[in-house]
Amino acid sequence: MSGLELINFYVIPGLISGSIYALGAIGITLIFGILRYAHFAHGDMATLGAYVALGLVGSLALSPWVALPIAMAITALVAVVLDRVFYRHLETRPKILTVMASLGVALMLRSVVQVVWGVDPQVYSTGIVRAESYGGLMLRSRELITFATATGLVLFLMAFLRYTRWGKAMRAMSDNPELARLCGVNNEAVTRLTWVIAGALAAAAGFFLGINTELNTMMGWSALLAMFAAAILGGVGRVEGAVVGGLVIGLVEELSVLVLPSQYKMATAFVILILILLVRPQGIFKGKVL
Amino acid sequence: MDTLGLLNYAIFMGVLIGIYALLSLGLNVQWGYAGLFNAGVAGFFAVGAYLSALFTAPPVPDRIMGWELPTVVGWIAAMVAAALIAWPIGKVTLRFRSDYLAIATIGVAEIIRLVLRTEDLLSGGVRGITGIPRPFGDLPYEWSQLAYLALTWAMVVMIYWALERQLAAPWGRMMRAIRENEHAAAAMGKNVEARRLEAFILGAAIMGLAGAVYVHFMRAITPEAIDPMMVTFLVWIMLILGGSGNNRGAILGAVIIWVIWSSSELLTDRLPAEIATQAKYIRVFVIGLMLQLVLRWRPEGLLPEGTHVRRSS
Repeated sequence: MSGLELINFYVIPGLISGSIYALGAIGITLIFGILRYAHFAHGDMATLGAYVALGLVGSLALSPWVALPIAMAITALVAVVLDRVFYRHLETRPKILTVMASLGVALMLRSVVQVVWGVDPQVYSTGIVRAESYGGLMLRSRELITFATATGLVLFLMAFLRYTRWGKAMRAMSDNPELARLCGVNNEAVTRLTWVIAGALAAAAGFFLGINTELNTMMGWSALLAMFAAAILGGVGRVEGAVVGGLVIGLVEELSVLVLPSQYKMATAFVILILILLVRPQGIFKGKVL
Repeated sequence: MDTLGLLNYAIFMGVLIGIYALLSLGLNVQWGYAGLFNAGVAGFFAVGAYLSALFTAPPVPDRIMGWELPTVVGWIAAMVAAALIAWPIGKVTLRFRSDYLAIATIGVAEIIRLVLRTEDLLSGGVRGITGIPRPFGDLPYEWSQLAYLALTWAMVVMIYWALERQLAAPWGRMMRAIRENEHAAAAMGKNVEARRLEAFILGAAIMGLAGAVYVHFMRAITPEAIDPMMVTFLVWIMLILGGSGNNRGAILGAVIIWVIWSSSELLTDRLPAEIATQAKYIRVFVIGLMLQLVLRWRPEGLLPEGTHVRRSS
């Protein structure tokens, strides 16, 4: 196998699924870091986002790329509502109860999608898109857009967290919620903002997962483990960690096919998760260990 | 349905409730006693089911094992295997908050499912494993069903009794102390990590046993027979509704939820085909919603844990 083949068949798909995992992992790492619990409904939130976009494409005949931002906004709203209805009242109780509630929400979101859109796999648009050659690199336009959009979203979010008041408030709450509150940070508003970001990015992850392969109702749940592994590998609470973690997991998953039967692709994320917990539980970028 | 058919159905339900009661008791050791979040209940259940099946079923070409050993050997093997899988997972993740264990157990359950789907040598491929012996399987059909019902509930009572003993013992008090305030317990010199690992392994072994009881009742198993998310989630809602920390609550929850779950299935099966599939997912939605409602309005469950005042010294 030549180097170019390796890149075309393994590295590029790995980077694509890696960027998708990264988008999901950012939400997970923010929730884990700021609100301090593992959010198990994240994968199914991504599924919901993908299907909302599908609904917009189908009913309003929008181009998928126009549907994406609208689906992100809708899913962000759903995320805020879910927090209000199902998670907020558990705030003062042990965090693990919220984890359990989120497992229930995962099931509920999925069954809503299954009732509304059915369980058969679907696609945004039919027809085969041929890859074009860029000096030997075979790329489809959707792959370029996936990568570019994911990069744009990540850079935007990082700038937001670094330079804006709200971004600083989020980081302050992640460091120490009590202290942040005493200094005048509105914890409730920060929580809401966290859900907006997490919901929107989850929808983007689901959308890109759907447009690069197909939509099915289990797609988000199947990606959840990889997203968690990415968040922990990068360091809980660290956005740049989630991105690096996502890319690493995506690449290793694709490259694992060279040595393992392809059915076990999913298992690699789990192996990485266990290894990082053994060797360096704070993750590459020194995040939190809860 | 005639009377006999109804009776048979009731016995069938009774066995399944017993199996879920075992799962719920196992989860109670992990969650109720130790506060450990196991999101991979179905994985340990499947391991127990498959191992016991492989130990006791007749040999078949293209599949390993099939040793035709006595059922009791299969059941013990099921418990040991589930415990052996729980051990390394607990060892790695129990140093951290329970969230990490939860993530890891989701992974374990997924991988067990992948292995069973992929490795035909283990699972017998699409045909699955058949010809698994059942204790009292030689009796006429009704009597065999009835005998198995008695056997299942004998296991439930035995596990219940053993767990109650364990809970009343110093071990049980220590577990509660750790769950309520692990720092205080650690300061008293209790080995928090080791105790948690024990609870996790013990719970997993009981789940493995439940799998074994299930597989010898069904006499056959295919990888599709166990819907991982559904099994795990049903057991969770059983325990939370019944009352986590209370073994009687765990059993009560299993009875209530299984009756609701399967009678709603009877109901949705009568619907016209075009809405029947949707009704199936609405049932799942309702179960998810039920968990939210219990967490919100009755987090201690129907039978709360109680204060465990020692009655006699």
